[in-house]
Amino acid sequence: MNSRLRWRKFVSGFMLTMTGVCAMVSVSVLFFILGYLLYHGGTSISWNFFTKLPAPVGETGGGMANAIVGSGKLLLLATLFGVPIGFFGAIYLAEFGGGPIAFVVRYAADLLNGVPSIVIGIFAYALAVLPFKHFSTLAGGFALGLMMIPITLRSTEEFLRAVPRALREGAMALGASKWKTIVSVIVPAAYRGILTAILLAFARVAGETAPLLFTAFGNRFWSPGLNQPTASLPAMIYNYAISPYDDWHRQAWAAGLVLLGLILVINILARGILSRGISVSRS
Amino acid sequence: MKRISGLFLALLVLAVVVLADSALSITGAGATFPYPMYSKWFDEYHKKNSNLSINYQSIGSGGGIKQVTEGTVDFGASDGPMNDEQLKAYADKHGSGILHFPTVMGAVVPFYNIPGVTAELNFTPEALAGIYLGKITKWNDPAIAGANKGVSLPANDIVVVHRAEGSGTTFCWTDYLSKVSEEWKTKVGKGGSVNWPVGLGGKGSEGVTGTVKNTPNSIGYVELTYAESNKIPYGNVKNSAGVFVKASLSAVSAAAAGAAKDMPDDFRVSITDAPGKASYPISTFTWLLIPQKFTDTAKRDAIKGFVRWALADGQGYAESLSYAKLPKEVVAKELKAIDKIQ
Amino acid sequence: MATTTTTVPSAGPVVGSRSFLSRLRDGDEIARMITFLFAASVVLVTLLLVFELWQGSVLPRHKFGFNFFRTSVWDPIFDQFGALPFIYGTLVTAGVSLLIAVPLGIGAAIFLAELAPARISDTLEFFIDLLAAVPSVIYGLLGVFVVVPLMRVYIQPALKSTLGFLPLFQGPAYGVGFLTAGIVLAIMVIPYIISVSREVLLSVPRDQREAALSLGSTRWESTWKVVVPFARGGIMGSIFLALARALGETMAVTMVIGNNPIVSASLFSPGYSIAAVIANELTEATSNLHYQALIELGLVLFILTFVLNGLARLLIVATSQKGSGMGHA
Repeated sequence: MNSRLRWRKFVSGFMLTMTGVCAMVSVSVLFFILGYLLYHGGTSISWNFFTKLPAPVGETGGGMANAIVGSGKLLLLATLFGVPIGFFGAIYLAEFGGGPIAFVVRYAADLLNGVPSIVIGIFAYALAVLPFKHFSTLAGGFALGLMMIPITLRSTEEFLRAVPRALREGAMALGASKWKTIVSVIVPAAYRGILTAILLAFARVAGETAPLLFTAFGNRFWSPGLNQPTASLPAMIYNYAISPYDDWHRQAWAAGLVLLGLILVINILARGILSRGISVSRS
Repeated sequence: MKRISGLFLALLVLAVVVLADSALSITGAGATFPYPMYSKWFDEYHKKNSNLSINYQSIGSGGGIKQVTEGTVDFGASDGPMNDEQLKAYADKHGSGILHFPTVMGAVVPFYNIPGVTAELNFTPEALAGIYLGKITKWNDPAIAGANKGVSLPANDIVVVHRAEGSGTTFCWTDYLSKVSEEWKTKVGKGGSVNWPVGLGGKGSEGVTGTVKNTPNSIGYVELTYAESNKIPYGNVKNSAGVFVKASLSAVSAAAAGAAKDMPDDFRVSITDAPGKASYPISTFTWLLIPQKFTDTAKRDAIKGFVRWALADGQGYAESLSYAKLPKEVVAKELKAIDKIQ
Repeated sequence: MATTTTTVPSAGPVVGSRSFLSRLRDGDEIARMITFLFAASVVLVTLLLVFELWQGSVLPRHKFGFNFFRTSVWDPIFDQFGALPFIYGTLVTAGVSLLIAVPLGIGAAIFLAELAPARISDTLEFFIDLLAAVPSVIYGLLGVFVVVPLMRVYIQPALKSTLGFLPLFQGPAYGVGFLTAGIVLAIMVIPYIISVSREVLLSVPRDQREAALSLGSTRWESTWKVVVPFARGGIMGSIFLALARALGETMAVTMVIGNNPIVSASLFSPGYSIAAVIANELTEATSNLHYQALIELGLVLFILTFVLNGLARLLIVATSQKGSGMGHA
């Protein structure tokens, strides 16, 4: 009796320690990745990296200035395309929607969210590249924007719904029409959550490579305007990592560090905004 | 806060739009084989013509052919000439033809990473075909060792590396293997993208080089410059005259000598397994694929200007990057053909 | 004497039909229509995507039919396309990743939900969420420069010498291959398993645990035999989510899988996945059949992830509702 109990207690202690080990292993992976990138990327980051264009194959001294700007343009386009659709769509769902239409919209958004990014790339290639006969920043922005829509939509809807009824009813009692209520009361009340949603969607697509392979394509020079192919950080990392040139490997590390740094900072910022108190309590 | 961010956003958008199209930007895509050459060329040409940037993406010859046919890029590049079917597909789609312009010549070398072996190995056609068919699996196989007496080859498994995507380098390699091995010809055939019996796929010449560089006991095929600039040993190949020839610019030029005299008007020609004692058997031209008709005259003139430069000053950069200059006869013929571009 | 009449603006809903134009003048109706258009565009775009995938793969669907899924030959020269190696590779790498990630992930989730004090649990969860935010290409970068050499030099030889009698661990150690891709994928999907399982475990009502403990079970027993089974559905859901993510992963896989379309019993063998072949071959598929065969692969991937995501959601929602009788908001 006693020995059985001792065995069970031992098993209990052992297994629970193992779960702790699992947790530690999982978390330490993150620190390993960060550390490795910091070490290899940190030693490779140079002034050249940020200011120079890529050098011809095999020559050193090139940089990723055009990729950084390219990524910036792509993400800006993605945000301009994806966020309004997600935002206004969410307003519809939270404020006007109901019944079958809302269900269909939500279902479609979840479907879109689960689509693998390479398939989004195929879709954007067929829709935004082939008919126009060129690769472009716009096509890349379109592909990334598509990926931002579902995240923005669902999260914004959640935060809009979380605004307490009291606020809505108060506004209505004062004679405000529905849209005025939305604009001046509900959205400002939920703005922290909405901002978080946008930031998280942004961080999600900032690192996406696959959809850009067939849309933004790539560019060794500056990409003027929006109708030309453009370089982007993730695509450069991919191309340089599988190449045999050490200089390119170093640049890939540096780019990885910059990209990951950006994404982590946005994530931490987003969570910080949210944790500083959602504008209204979610009771 | 909102107003400031809104203003900032507006300014950013404005800046982006204003920077639009102040320079002429041409996009090309295709072969990775000549990529070191082309990237140098386009960089130099851009320095001479600062408001023209020719953006070349090395996605493989197959990609070059496809994208120029789709019309998504302004010109393509390939080391495997377009076959009649592909030419027809282009003509059907665009209503006009597409022209081949050889730019440089190069050699496809069998390069390897065998721990402890730095010597230049001799490869017979049978050995190469056997390795890539998966029939010769170890480095110390008699088919390889027989031609390399004096080199101690380990009993390790050969890791075969090939291209993962459609490639002109693959076209040249399989063209050669099809000529020297009946079994290869029937089992696999020649093409930019084949059903490989064995091996790992690397993306682009860069990917293949990277894989061979990092994988012990591996063998791959790639343009000479990639093996040389990464200091990876490559082997000599026995040519049709029975001589083991090391890939070199003169050996490539020797292989092209016959073709130079009898160059067809469309410049599509294969120089693998060329006759002659000094010829390197796995040599090839590489071509720019330029549409015959351009709707954008600025782009047309820019490309024509570039091709003229490439055939003249551009050739001067070839040798330092391990590519062979074009034979004089070919250059002369091409300069006349440029006028065909409307 | 002047009388002033004030008109009261109409407030609140007006019962009964109004003409479209008069409704239009009402700001609410415009807002409703505008936001409806945006919401509808989401549906439209999704439908268009499915349509493009379906239409874009008509040639191989008619030519090969279901044989597409059974043949292994992928030959662009002879226009023969069989999807089996890619489906196999996608499933095998995802399977390997789950084999590694599920025990680790559930273990970590149990620790975070049951054992760790709230602050530590939240902090660790914060880090786990950051891990989920790392982009695929960075995993690929680390895969190529860290995992592949590690596999080739240490892990594969070790497995070969100890478990080499199994067909799973035979063949030369390339460094790249199914196993390597599976390991990299495992790291990528662990955060999904952990965060969803943790939430589901947290939503299990306290009285379940307390009842078990009061009956004399050890801490572990109450967790493993009572709490976890209660949350079983949600945990399954998290696994499906992780699986869906692993199936669709492109960049990290294509950089470490070896890009060879074969079906092999050995995990050391190089392989190929659906996403990887699309990424490598789409821009250069010259024949229409080749291009459309790739689209059909995309369709297959889409359907797989669609089904898995749907199942996942059902399971997670069902479990959370089961446990939230006591007010987990």
